[in-house]
Parts: sequence; structure tokens; C-alpha cells
Amino acid sequence: MARIENAKSIGEWLDQRLAVQTLKRVLQTEYWIPKNINFLWAMGMVLAATFGILLVSGIFLLMYYNPSTDLAFDSVNYTIMTEVGYGWLWRHIHGVGASLVFLIIYIHMFTGIYYGSYKKGRELIWLSGMLLYVLFSAEAFSGYMLPWGQMSYWAGMVITNLFSGGSLHADGLVEWIRGDYVPAQAFLSRFFMLHVLLLPLVIIGAIVFHFGTLRIPHVNNQDGEDFDFNEAAELYKNGQKKESKVIPFSPVFLSKDVFVMGIYFVLFFYLVFYHFEFAMDPVNFDPADGLKTPTHIYPEWYFLWSYEVLRPFSTNVGLIAFAIAQVIFFTIPFLDRSPNVAPANRRGLFHLWFWAMLVDMLVLTFMGKLPPQGIWSTIGLVAALVFFALWIALPIITKSEKKL
Amino acid sequence: MNKELKILGIVAAFTLILYWGVEPFAHSQMHKHVESNELVYDGKADIEEAEAKKDEALVEKKKKFWADVKEIAQLKGDAVAGEATFGMCAGCHMDGAANMGGVTPPSLDHAGALYDKNFLIALIKDPAMATNVDHKYPNGTMSHPMGSISSMVSASQDIANVVAYLKEKKAGEVTPKEAFTEACSRCHANRYAKMTQLGDIPKTKSNIKTGQDIDRMKYDQKVATEQGALAEYLGKLPPDLSIIYRARSEHFLETFLENPQGQLAGTAMPRTGLNHEGMEKVMEFLAETGDPSAPARAIAGPWVIGFFILFTLLAYLWKNSLWRDLH
Repeated sequence: MARIENAKSIGEWLDQRLAVQTLKRVLQTEYWIPKNINFLWAMGMVLAATFGILLVSGIFLLMYYNPSTDLAFDSVNYTIMTEVGYGWLWRHIHGVGASLVFLIIYIHMFTGIYYGSYKKGRELIWLSGMLLYVLFSAEAFSGYMLPWGQMSYWAGMVITNLFSGGSLHADGLVEWIRGDYVPAQAFLSRFFMLHVLLLPLVIIGAIVFHFGTLRIPHVNNQDGEDFDFNEAAELYKNGQKKESKVIPFSPVFLSKDVFVMGIYFVLFFYLVFYHFEFAMDPVNFDPADGLKTPTHIYPEWYFLWSYEVLRPFSTNVGLIAFAIAQVIFFTIPFLDRSPNVAPANRRGLFHLWFWAMLVDMLVLTFMGKLPPQGIWSTIGLVAALVFFALWIALPIITKSEKKL
Repeated sequence: MNKELKILGIVAAFTLILYWGVEPFAHSQMHKHVESNELVYDGKADIEEAEAKKDEALVEKKKKFWADVKEIAQLKGDAVAGEATFGMCAGCHMDGAANMGGVTPPSLDHAGALYDKNFLIALIKDPAMATNVDHKYPNGTMSHPMGSISSMVSASQDIANVVAYLKEKKAGEVTPKEAFTEACSRCHANRYAKMTQLGDIPKTKSNIKTGQDIDRMKYDQKVATEQGALAEYLGKLPPDLSIIYRARSEHFLETFLENPQGQLAGTAMPRTGLNHEGMEKVMEFLAETGDPSAPARAIAGPWVIGFFILFTLLAYLWKNSLWRDLH
């Protein structure tokens, strides 16, 4: 047993039992982050904070939400919005948070792509991040079922139908997922369970894993510069802060994160109070009705690009394209053949590739919401083909990239 | 610092373009835009719809009907004579009226305040044509629940008199709830306001020994009967309007109420004929039940945002104090 002596303070008492001083050093004051960064490096902590907000607001909503097909709609739209004190506030926070978390995820992802932060030992950071993206997508989709409005019901119908696999006609699989022939009580109950228990648990585990993957390869910096962290850390500890290339996670890195979070929260709460409609589709304020298909069925904005990859093709080709689109971003550390870890603007053709991909995904997103008619269909098809062409081009252009 | 602002500019620009594309632009393309006629009831849309159907006889019929309405509107109505004629109307439009041909005649207590003068004239002259649902009555307006009005009040001067009476005596201050009750609630329930097609749900008590509320059961049975008659008459039960304010845009609701056929061709929903005041009151009620948190948002919003602005300023000072000696 460890040597326990009379402690002179609570801190010391805890230190003897939990090694809090060591923990603090390892996780905060001597967890080194590069100094050469910009505000995009704060997006990770902004995401963690948004997840925290979603968790807390979700717990409050859970106290009044009723997962039954008869009562779900009114428990959200009447009980929580009218009878529960500030219920509306928690709901709007949850709705706006669910939308903004994806905006920040995309910014975080494209930051990683721009600065090449998935290469040379950082592959697991990228892969665990993509795993989080997929988990958040599942969390968003399962949560969207819960108000049991028209869009919940029909999105549930359309997305679960995808699992029939087109010509494979795996209708048994679809029924197994739904627990019924159509979305009904069994369907709502299981998506409720997924949304409030299983997926959040897995997400928390994946976040811890994502943090863990950062530790050994370290956080990238604005120039992709590879330097000796131990040497830089020594300089910092000796008081040569100007000469050192690193800063401690806490409090120095965190102080900037908190400042960026402050700006983000001003925007966040502006949306919560004055502009929440964008995150809460009007169609979902009509109660679910299996006999009345809405004129337009479309997912939330953050799924539109992959939805548009599905739509312009015939059923089978579309499903294959959709399945590829869902996982293709996982492969970027392996498709990018260049040895350079550098911002895209120093990487020749890759610079072009980056902006082409971003603009193409924006076009796919726009087309994914519009009705698939006339010129919109054509633009959607071209954008979907460009999407795949860019992925095919990626290993070729990066292979021929000059070493910096 | 300059570099950070440049990056922020790029991120903000992409975010705004994204927002524009999936919200205002997408919605402008997805929904047919229906121009409001500013709540003027002159049959313009009705005639255009008939022209689109290329039905010459119908176009002529509509043109003549609305021309007649315009003519009657120019007559000087006599409210005193109108009151006597109104006795005919009150035979059906009274408190505790029974369902007639599918729908219970609404109260006219504030008809003069809620409805447009030209619409009221048109309604008395031919209820099916006025409400633009004549396509539902191929055998003529007599089969409309209010069709028999033509055998009671048909002379132009009589119509002008009744409308003058309504505008003078059946006006006055009207609350949002009264507006909804008179203009909408004969067909549409509003469960969040605890209203059915029969009005406010009465307070009843359960038998403490059995836990059963027989009075409520009897009431529910009456509501079910009323709804059955409505569904039979209109083809389906009209939707509950508790939260319609969040489900449709205000512009949609206003243009739909002005001329339902414009937004939803073939619908059984009659034109409501609301004037500006009536529309405003009905909207106010729909907003109260559909978006009840609006007043609380207006109070809490500035405080929460103010808090985060202060938070950001303090965080900036903290960050500066730590980063000052790093460069």
C-alpha cells in the first residue's frame, strides 16, 4: 500500500489517494499545444462545449418527453413548450445546438483537411473523429424521430427503406430495424432508447478516445511544422516563453478557447432567441400521419450533400454511391499520398482540390433540398459525379506532389 | 490577428452562403408563391382560376357574379330594415345552433367587425360562389348548407340592408379568441386552447369511487358525432389548428384564408372573407396557441445575450493577460 501520512490540506489528502497533482500536470499544465495556431484550433473545445449543452438540455427535455406515438407530439409541442417553465428554452437550445454542432463538425473536419492534420502518425485522430461524425449523425437522426411529426415519420420511413438495398429487396431487414411494417410504437421506442442512452454513451467513449489519439502525435500547427515537443516544453518551463513553440493546454490554450467559445455562444443564443426556425422544420409541426405524404421530404441541412449523392442515380447505383459517400472521408489519410504536412495553399493541386471539394459539397447541399426537377436534377447529377471524380483524383494529384 | 480575421471572414462567408442556399433560396423554390390580394374580395382569383380551366361558361358566371356584388356594394344599406331581414338569418345563426348539412352555423355576433363588406354581400347572394367552393356543388348552390338563403334574402336592396345592419350592430371590439371561434372553430379544433368544434371543453368531474368521468364521455361523444358530420360533408376532418402557426408561414396562412383554392386547388375549405382586423385577430390567436413562448423570449433574450457579451469581454482580457508575454 502507498505511504499515507497526515495530510495538511484537502489537496494533499486527495493527492495521496488520487495523484491529482500528477493528473493536473499530465492533462493540463504540461499537456503541450503548439503556439502557432489560429482560432480554428478552438473548434474541438467548442464542439465539446456544444455536446455538453446538448447533454444538459437533453436531460431537461427527457423529464417531460413521452415516447409514445399518441403522446410524443403533444409532450414536445404542448407540455414542454407551454406547461413546463422555460421548457421552450431547453427545446430551442437543443434544436439549435443539434444544428450548430454539425456546422462546427464540418468546420473542424475541413480545418483538418486544409492543414493536413491526418498524416504522419495522426491517422487515428482523423479516424476517431470520423467515427464521431458517424455517431453524431446517428444521434441526430434518432433524435429527429422523437417529436413524431410528419418529417420525423417520413424521414424515418425513407431512411429505413434504404436498408432494403434496392434490388436486393431485403424487406425483412427493414422490418427488423423498424420492429413493424411501418414506423410505429416499436420504432419510436427503439429510436428513443438509441437517442437517450446507447448513442450518447458510445459518443462519450469516442470523445475520450479522440482526445487520447491526440496525445502521442500531438496537435498539428498552422505551418505543419515538425518540431521537438520535449525541447520546446523545456524552454517554456525555463521561462523562455517567447522562444518556446508550445503553450500548456491549461490555462493558456484554454483561455483562447474560452474567448472563442464566448463569441460562439453570443451567436448560439442569438439563434436560440431570435432565429430558431432554421433548426426546426415547419413540416415537423404537423403530427405524423401515415396516410399523408408531405409534398417535399428532405433531411436536415447537414445530411443534404450525401442525400444528393443518392438521388440523381437509379436506385441501385444511388444506394452504392450513397454508401460510399458515407465512408469515403474515412479514407483521406490513405488516399492522400503526399508526404507533406502543410497547409493546402502550399500544396499545389491539392489546394485546388480542397476548394473544389468544399464548393462541390455546398452545391450538393443546395440541390439536396430542392425538388429533383429539371435543371436542379442535372446540376445535382454533375455535382455528384464531380464528388466521385475528386476522390479518384486525390491519390493521383497527391502522388505527384513535390516534396516541400 | 489579421490572418485570423481573414480566416473568420472565409468561414463566415461560407456559412452564410450555406444558410442562404438551404433556407431562403430552397424555400422560395419549393413553394408556389401566391400573391395576396390585400384582402380585397373582388373575385379576381376566382375568375383567373376559371380561365385557367378554359371553362367559358364558368368564367362568364363568375364575372357576372362578382360584377353584381360590386353593384350591390354601391347601394346604400338601411340598417333598421336590415335588422328585420336579419331575423331570417338568426333562425339558424343562433346560440346552441344544431349541425345543418354537415356544419354548425357559426355565431354572427362580430360578423360586421371580422368580415369584409363585399364578401358578406357575396356570401348572402350565393354562399358557394362567395367562398369559392362552387365546384363542390355541381347541382347548384341550393345543396350548400346555407343554400336556402336565396329563397329568403335575394333582392339586392335586402342584401345591402342586412350587411349594413351587420356592419353597424354586429361589430364592436372582438378578442382574438372570439375571432377564432366565429371564423374557424366550427370546423377546426384547437386542442392546445382546449377547444373542440363545439367550443370550449366544459369542466367536468370524475366519480371519485369509479374514476370515470361520465359527463366528459358524453361530451366526447357529442364531439365525435359533430366531427363525423363534418368529415362526411368536407371529405375529411379539418386539421386541428393548435400549432399551425409553426407549421405554415404567416404569408401562407393569410393567402390561404383569403383564397384557399389559390394554395390548395380543389380543397373543401371555404374562403373565410376576413378583413384586415379579422385576419389580425385570428393570427394573434393562432400565434398565442402555436408559439406561446414569444413574450418570454423577448424578455429573456437580451439578458442571456448580454451575459455572453460580458463573458466574451472577460474571456478576452483573461486570454490577453496570459498570451501577452508569449510573442
